Amino acid sequence: MSTESSAAIGSVEGVSLYDVDHPAPVIEPPRKRTGKTPKGSRTNFEMYAWLFMRLSGIVLVVLVLGHLLIQLVLDGGVSKIGFAFVAGRWASPFWQVWDLAMLWLAMLHGANGLRTVINDYAERDNTRFWLKMLLYTATVFTVLLGTLVIFTFDPNIR
Amino acid sequence: MPAGTLYRGREGMWSWVAHRVTGVLIFFFLFVHVLDTALVRVSPEAYDDVVATYKTPIVALLEYGLVAAILFHALNGLRIVAVDFWAKGPRYQKQMLWSVVGVWVVLMVGALYPVLGHAVREVFGS
Ligand code: HEM
Ligand code: HEM
Repeated sequence: MSTESSAAIGSVEGVSLYDVDHPAPVIEPPRKRTGKTPKGSRTNFEMYAWLFMRLSGIVLVVLVLGHLLIQLVLDGGVSKIGFAFVAGRWASPFWQVWDLAMLWLAMLHGANGLRTVINDYAERDNTRFWLKMLLYTATVFTVLLGTLVIFTFDPNIR
Repeated sequence: MPAGTLYRGREGMWSWVAHRVTGVLIFFFLFVHVLDTALVRVSPEAYDDVVATYKTPIVALLEYGLVAAILFHALNGLRIVAVDFWAKGPRYQKQMLWSVVGVWVVLMVGALYPVLGHAVREVFGS
């Protein structure tokens, strides 16, 4: 009957279209990155962002819940807070590092979360672009301001 | 409500909505919070004046709300991590959500006195 090469493929449907001399066209894997892949999706950025949300979240549980416990529950709760209290806390490098880590992780985690929310709801390209620019500006400003405040805090400001 | 679907309109969707709403709220709070803390670089009086408003009964209620949002977001965030990384996570996502709600209720009851006690004393006299 037919040649050896088509026997394996063609025995059910009949005659195969392809054989050694007429090989089947190569079908690209659906997610393969090619020259046509848009610029934005040529890296693994979204995967790392996804991972970062989970890792930073776990660390933030300790940092933020610890912060809330100190500020709102222990030692008379919110009533004790004032300039002198902050001066006492930032006299210790431990709490400076704690607050610094909390500032950076919470801001980046929150900003990345908001980026997702904007991508989900702002459908017009222009709106989406400008909302994200606003978000990034506010985020950079807040992180820099908070960092500056921790590093330049002066208990004898007057 | 389409019955029998895995996700739409059931615990999975509502926990996602709540996670998103609380996340956005916390972010806006944090933005303002870094600004108010920055007042320590202006003067002790400026900082103490603003912080004084945080000790009023109405703001105490807002603080209780913030605690509610953070606790839910934190606990449910851990549930999301479990769903994504624990092999049996997806199967137990519903049970884990109700555990989250349970722990949340207990912690919120525990936070009542520390966060709102001073406000109650102020409103109703000590
Ligand atoms: C109502 C509840 C809260 C109160 C009363 C409070 C109070 C304070 C106080 C007194 C400080 C000064 C430094 C210190 O003592 O450590 C501070 C700093 C800070 N808090 Fe809170 N906090 C609250 C909630 C939060 C939450 C929910 C977050 C995170 C999402 C947060 C993040 C921070 C950060 C990042 C700093 C450092 C700010 C900077 O770098 O200038 N706080 N907070
Ligand atoms: C306390 C510990 C926290 C944990 C365990 C946690 C966990 C998570 C996780 C796992 C996600 C990813 C959801 C997803 O990819 O589908 C997420 C999203 C998000 N988080 Fe957090 N987070 C925490 C604190 C915070 C803080 C302090 C903020 C605000 C500054 C925040 C704001 C957000 C936002 C806006 C999203 C995006 C929500 C969405 O896309 O629907 N989270 N969180």
